[in-house]
Order: sequence, then C-alpha cells, then structure tokens
Amino acid sequence: MTVLAAKAIRKSYGGREVVAGLDLELAAGECYGLLGPNGAGKTTTLRMLLGLVQPDAGEITLLGHPVPKAAREGRIRVGVVPQVDNLDPDFTVRENLVVYGRYFGLRERDMAERLPRLLEFATLESRADSRIQELSGGMKRRLVLARALVNDPELIFLDEPTTGLDPQARHQMWERLRLLLRQGKTILLTTHFMDEAERLCDRLKIIDRGRTLAEGAPHALIAEHIEPEVVEVYGEGVETWFEAQGKALANRAELHGETAFLYLRDPQAAIESLRAHGGRLRFMHRRGNLEDVFLKLTGRDMRE
Amino acid sequence: MRISRSWIAVWRRNYLVWKKLAAESVLGNIIEPLFYLVGFGMGIGAMVPEVQGVKYIAFLAGGTICYSTMLAASFEALYSGFARMHVQRTWEGILNAPVGLEDVVFAEWVWAASKSFLSGTAVLLVAIALGLGRSWTMALILPLAFLIGLTFAGLGLIMTALAKSYDFFMYWFTLALTPMMLLCGVFYPLQNMPGWLQALASALPLTHAIALGRPLLLGRWPEAPLVNIAVLAAYGAVVFLVALALLRKRLAT
Repeated sequence: MTVLAAKAIRKSYGGREVVAGLDLELAAGECYGLLGPNGAGKTTTLRMLLGLVQPDAGEITLLGHPVPKAAREGRIRVGVVPQVDNLDPDFTVRENLVVYGRYFGLRERDMAERLPRLLEFATLESRADSRIQELSGGMKRRLVLARALVNDPELIFLDEPTTGLDPQARHQMWERLRLLLRQGKTILLTTHFMDEAERLCDRLKIIDRGRTLAEGAPHALIAEHIEPEVVEVYGEGVETWFEAQGKALANRAELHGETAFLYLRDPQAAIESLRAHGGRLRFMHRRGNLEDVFLKLTGRDMRE
Repeated sequence: MRISRSWIAVWRRNYLVWKKLAAESVLGNIIEPLFYLVGFGMGIGAMVPEVQGVKYIAFLAGGTICYSTMLAASFEALYSGFARMHVQRTWEGILNAPVGLEDVVFAEWVWAASKSFLSGTAVLLVAIALGLGRSWTMALILPLAFLIGLTFAGLGLIMTALAKSYDFFMYWFTLALTPMMLLCGVFYPLQNMPGWLQALASALPLTHAIALGRPLLLGRWPEAPLVNIAVLAAYGAVVFLVALALLRKRLAT
C-alpha cells in the first residue's frame, strides 16, 4: 500500500529551481531516507509533501489525500519532527504535549489517556513538569519525537532528527525509531549522517540540485556504485606513493588534498605496498559504505 | 480563506502562556494608566480646570483607555507575535498539525484583541476607582476595547509580516503609534487643532476610537457612533486580510 506518493514535483525560487522534478513513493511500514548535501532540496521537498508550500508542478498524495488541496486532512495522521526544535519554551514537558494534541482536535480525556505512554516513550516521566530550558539536547529531541506522536500518526516525517546530538543520544533516538517501525509506522527521514541512513533505512534516495541521483536499498546502492573494499591513505609523501604505486593497485583511486582513496575488490596488494613503504604513511582499511556512494554521486566540493 | 475551528486551540495556547504570567501582566495593565491619570490628570488638571464640561482627569481617562488598548494589541501583535512566528518558531510547529496559516493568523489577531480587552477592563476599573465615571454606558467600552484591539492587532501583524528583527518595530512606534497618541485627541480636544490637522486625524483609527470611548466613559452618547464603528471595523478587516496575504507570502511560498 502506498502511504505517500509524489510525481514530478517542482519548485523554483526567484528563477532557481530548488526541486526539479522529483518522484517519490513510500510503502506502508518502510523507512525511507532522503539524502543530499545542503541546499539539495530536502526541506523544500518535505514542506511540499506536507502541503506547507505550493509546488509549481507535479502531483502529491498524502495518506490518500491530494496535496496541497486536502493537505490538512492528510496531516491528521502525520507526525513531524522538524530540523530545528520548536518546542514551546513557555510550557512544561506535559503542557507541550497537551497543547500540541489540541491542534489535532484531541479531546482532553483522550489526551490524558495518551500522555503517560508518550512520556514513557520519551523516558521523560520524571520530567513531566520540567520547563523546556531545563532539558538536555537529547531530552528535547525525544520530546519533539513524542510530540509528533500525539495524534498516533501512520506516517512520520523526520528532518535531520539527530543533528547536534551526542553519540548516546543518537543511539537512543535510533532505538525509538526502530520501535516505531516495529509498530508498523512509516518513516520519511532526511539526514546528513550516512551511518544513520545505512542503519535505519530500507530504501533511500540521494538527491542533489533538486534531482534524483540514485535510489535503492543501502546495501544495493553500495554494491552498485562502490568497490567492496576501501583503503584511505594519508601522511607525508602520500602524493608520491599514490602516483608511483597506489594508483595502479586500485580498481579506482582518487587523491583529495592530503588523502588518497583507493577503491578495491582485493586490498591485499595495496596493504602490502603500504606496509613495505616504511615511510610516514598511515592508512585505514575499511569496507565501502554509503558515504562513499554519496560522495561519489554528489562530489566532494563544499556546499555553502 | 476558510477559518477552521482549530484557531481556538491556537488562541488557547496563547491564553495558557498569559495565564502563567497573569499577575504581572494585570499589574502592568493597571499601574501604567494609573500613573498616567494621576500624573497628567492632577498635574495638568491643576492648570486646566475643566474640558468639555468635566474635570481634566475625567476627560483624559477616555483617551487613556483607547490609547492603552491600542498599545496592548500592538505589543502583542508585534513583539509577541514576532517571537512566536520567527524567534521561537511556534507557528512552524502548529502548521505541521492540521491547522492552516489562516487559522494561526486569525487566532493571533483575536488573541491580541483579547489583550486589548483585558487592558481596557483594567483601565476602566482604575477610572471607576478614581471616581471618574459611573454611567452604564461605560460597559460599552469593553466591546469597544476589543474592536480597537482588532484594528491595531491587524496593523501590527502587517508590521510583523514585514519585520526582519525586533528593531523594525521602532519605526511603527515612532512613525505611527506615537504620532497617533499625540494627534488623535488623547490629551486635548481635537477641535483645538487647525483644520488640516483635524482632517488628518480623522483618517486615523485612534481618533475614531476616542470619539467613541470618551463620551461612553463620561456617560454621554457619541455623536456619530456608526461612522466610528464602521471606520474601525473596516480598518480591522482590511488590515487583517493584508496581514494574512503578507504572512502567506512570507511563510508558505
């Protein structure tokens, strides 16, 4: 069953096309990732899918409702975790949840029933009457997630849910997202963290400049675009070694600044060459991952 | 445009925040006009024994009510509204729920007018406590305070829609609200001014607010109440629609 579908959506701002004909289809129960560098069009896409921004062209169906025409009806069963925390600083944890429930027309009685479960989900039972300023970054993020669940949504939008969190808080966040997936929720996630996407997403789409560059399951994308083994080499003399030996030992190789990247099917010869080198070269041998795919497709240039 | 019932949830959100600081807020609503009336009323009242047949302090009270309600709605729509729209991103959170931008803006408009209502009530109580009016017509000042609130909240929301930061609001205060306070007859009868200034003042909403508020406080009937009400209501409705259009352009494109 399709939970969310978008066909050839487009959006321009001042003559610059931010979203340039994207297709998207989410099946019930899957975790779908939308990946792209800054300015790739991720947030604009999310805002169009929610009916908050009018697309210039294309068709969107959100939980069976045409968007933006009937976006409100669609949003009744959608939860949103925004990129920047917008919790109400004037309210306590509990009040944040209760007040947000009212925006969905939830009755006080229903909300009172849901509240303990939401607090438990966010492990904020003991902080129910704390003010927002007293919460840590991870707590705030968990509260934003709990707030997105007040209406028991079928589909949850998460815009960079773990940006700015420490590793402990990120792992806690992932645990909760997995729990939601086990409960049968559908998730649409944007992220900068490739490990996050690789861990959580069943399928993902890499976009840049508003266009799709690749789509598929994380392991399939890695297998399709990247050799299985990667050796990263850095240190004094890396350029000389790269030109003289490294380049020839790899199936594919790149030199960026002070680091050489060797993509290989069999890393043995390269590792032996590095061990024999005896200079100040240091290296790291690892498996090809989603970040390699991402950088290969979107380039290594900085995005401002 | 289709305002849905969800605007009430947004209004209640603002009300709940206000309730937490209600004591301070009400105190402010009472203290400031009290000093105004006592200070100006007695200080100037000693030199000006009577205006339009009443003591100067009683004459001033009607203007002060209108001026205070104007300020209450303006502060709410400008500073608090901008905080909720831009700084705290409260609106962004609300708009992710099944609530439309028109519901949010409508709720802000009515909420700011509600603050005017509270402010008007407070000044009215001060006026009663000072023995400045006893007629039943004073009760009509309460709906008037709400109407004045709608007018100035709408104007304030336009400024909020255009603002890049809080600093921008200084223009509105120095170029619009303060001149209105000084020109629209808060402190003296408009008839004392030259004709061209009277003509200018008659185009400003505060003039019409005072044309209603002052006689009502003094137990008299306004000269042309329907004209005054129509001007305030027309201002309110038009500026609300303009504010909504500007906010839609700012937030939903």
